[in-house]
Amino acid sequence: MIPLAWLVLWTPFFAAVGIFFFLLHRPQAAGWVATAAMALSFFFSLLLLFRAGIGREAVESSVQWVALPALKIEFGILLNGLTLLMLLIVTGVGSLIFLYSQGYMHRDPGYARYFASLSLFAFSMLGIVLANNLVELFAFWELVGLSSYLLIGHWFEKPEAADAGKKAFLTTRVGDVGFLLGILLLFGWLQAGGEGTFNFLVIQDLVKGIHQAGSGGAVSLLTVAGILIFLGVVGKSAQFPLHVWLPDAMEGPTPVSALIHAATMVAAGVFLLARLFFLFSASSFVLGLIAAIGVLTAFFAATLALVQTDIKRILAYSTLSQLGFMVAGLGLANPQAGMFHLATHAFFKALLFLGAGNVIHALHTQDIRQMSGLLKKMPVTGGTFLVGTLALVGIFPLSGFWSKEEILATAQQTSPLAFILLLATAFLTAVYMGRLFAVAFLGEAPKKAVHDPGWEMNSPLVILALFSIIAGFLPLKEFVPMEHEASGPFWVTLLGLTVGTVGFVLSLYLYLLNPALVDSFSENLKGPRRILERKYYVDDFYNALIRHVQDSFAHLCDLFERVVVVEWGVNGTARLVRFTGHLLRQLQTGRIQFYALIFSLGVTVLTYGWVLWNR
Amino acid sequence: MPYTPYFVLSAILFAIGLTGLFIRRNLLLMLLAIELLLNSANLSFIAASARWGELTGQVFAFFGMTIAAAEVTVGLALAILLFRNVDSVDTKRLEMLKG
Repeated sequence: MIPLAWLVLWTPFFAAVGIFFFLLHRPQAAGWVATAAMALSFFFSLLLLFRAGIGREAVESSVQWVALPALKIEFGILLNGLTLLMLLIVTGVGSLIFLYSQGYMHRDPGYARYFASLSLFAFSMLGIVLANNLVELFAFWELVGLSSYLLIGHWFEKPEAADAGKKAFLTTRVGDVGFLLGILLLFGWLQAGGEGTFNFLVIQDLVKGIHQAGSGGAVSLLTVAGILIFLGVVGKSAQFPLHVWLPDAMEGPTPVSALIHAATMVAAGVFLLARLFFLFSASSFVLGLIAAIGVLTAFFAATLALVQTDIKRILAYSTLSQLGFMVAGLGLANPQAGMFHLATHAFFKALLFLGAGNVIHALHTQDIRQMSGLLKKMPVTGGTFLVGTLALVGIFPLSGFWSKEEILATAQQTSPLAFILLLATAFLTAVYMGRLFAVAFLGEAPKKAVHDPGWEMNSPLVILALFSIIAGFLPLKEFVPMEHEASGPFWVTLLGLTVGTVGFVLSLYLYLLNPALVDSFSENLKGPRRILERKYYVDDFYNALIRHVQDSFAHLCDLFERVVVVEWGVNGTARLVRFTGHLLRQLQTGRIQFYALIFSLGVTVLTYGWVLWNR
Repeated sequence: MPYTPYFVLSAILFAIGLTGLFIRRNLLLMLLAIELLLNSANLSFIAASARWGELTGQVFAFFGMTIAAAEVTVGLALAILLFRNVDSVDTKRLEMLKG
């Protein structure tokens, strides 16, 4: 079983390395190698599933990585239900998107490089999922950030894409500093307690022991460590206030947005929350914070999605919002619901992004105001997009309904405020998705000849649509066993369903049959509309922060460098040496007699001194 | 027998030699001054040897004379080289090493 898991991990790595070294100038081969490696990885994951079964005890295997007297780091694998679930999602959705990419990136000058980076990403993501200790996880966590950077900036000749890549990299780095500090704090504390370790299972036992002992100091330290590690999640999963990079990351190729910035990488934060749930749940404050951030992000990203006109940005804000849902699920102490939503979201959001990719591929625009009636012209794309939309909105019996309902039920039982906000988010989700679908896919069909793309782009859509429909009936929840399964009263389910349906229908009605009402509505609400279009001024705030704080600090450093380092330090030393040399040069007359005179004077003085000394 | 005059003479000779060395620009005369210095030292050695009845001083005097001979050989060779190069034995012409 363990060798299989290692194979799952390394197959994409060898594909990436092989492409980088041998196939950069043979794009067709590169594409197939990458896709085949991913499919092989998926196959191994399936084998693992059948061998291991769902929800068995954790299996662990590792080799020594760093061995110092006070520091032992392993490189290993931890297999449990959570790992299996993520492996299947990453390799399964990944395989489909690799296949799709072959069509989407056709004739792209960076085709081979694209597939190499994508394989590198798959390797890193699988590393996060399989890691059995914090250091290994952190290393892969950073690798994922790197491949995300490479892929967002794939079209680096476009300045927006290059900037977006940098922004994503730097913003997540802010969170990762916290993550690293959290790991070190935890390790230092365990070290002081006698057992310095990074291993998840060992830490879990230790934390459990501490929790039972109920020592106050330990709990407050776990709180701090939990907050710091959660910072990493906030960065990677694009939660408020580090969410700003995700919408910009849409500059990357659409399959990348689907795989990395919707289905898998951004979900890594949620996965980390689930993996370290024992740590976060040790402190109710941390859980509360996580829930608050999740709910806040869910709600405010949904409002932002209302006014976007770029099809990918609408989906990006929707992703933010749904990630908020997952984080909220974890924060409300229901990792099962969070991970369930992660799984279903991976299917339908990947589907939606790939559908958007088809549209962009056909129309060469991302502005939904320039789209209409695509359902008739592109039946496969439109049909599957509708499935994805309904799943996201949470219509019975599609997958999104089941997972969203779980989270809503959990919220209803723990916090009324969270419940109301999440319900409002569900309503807003239905509204903006209805708007997107109504504007882009319904209405008058375009005159232009627009059609569905080829099989390699259509088949992933169909498969994903299938999974978006049936994922709710799959035993996905059993991967993450819980002692008490949360189940809300029936009216919560009904309310969630009603809210989604009403929002969706209302939005269809408004945008399709009565657009004048929408116009007058937005005319009357110019102020709020402007706030939404400026994205609550978060980006402006960061820009101002950078301009006023960072730039002035940089200016100070520049001044220090110019005056102290260069003028005084470097030039000053040179001047001192030159001046001393000038003085000493006066002694070098070149006359033998002068030297002889000095010499004899010196001897005289020394002799005289010696005589006096010895008297 | 008083020995002081020998030492005084030696000191005077040494002073004359040193002065000559300092003020003369002619390389040959400078070599001459150095001879004077060496011989004043020899005189001191001999006087001291007589004064304390030791032979060490005389041995040193012989040593000094040998060294003087060798020194003159080298010195004259240098003077000839200098003359060949700059057509003069004036040490003012030897300022090439001035900083």
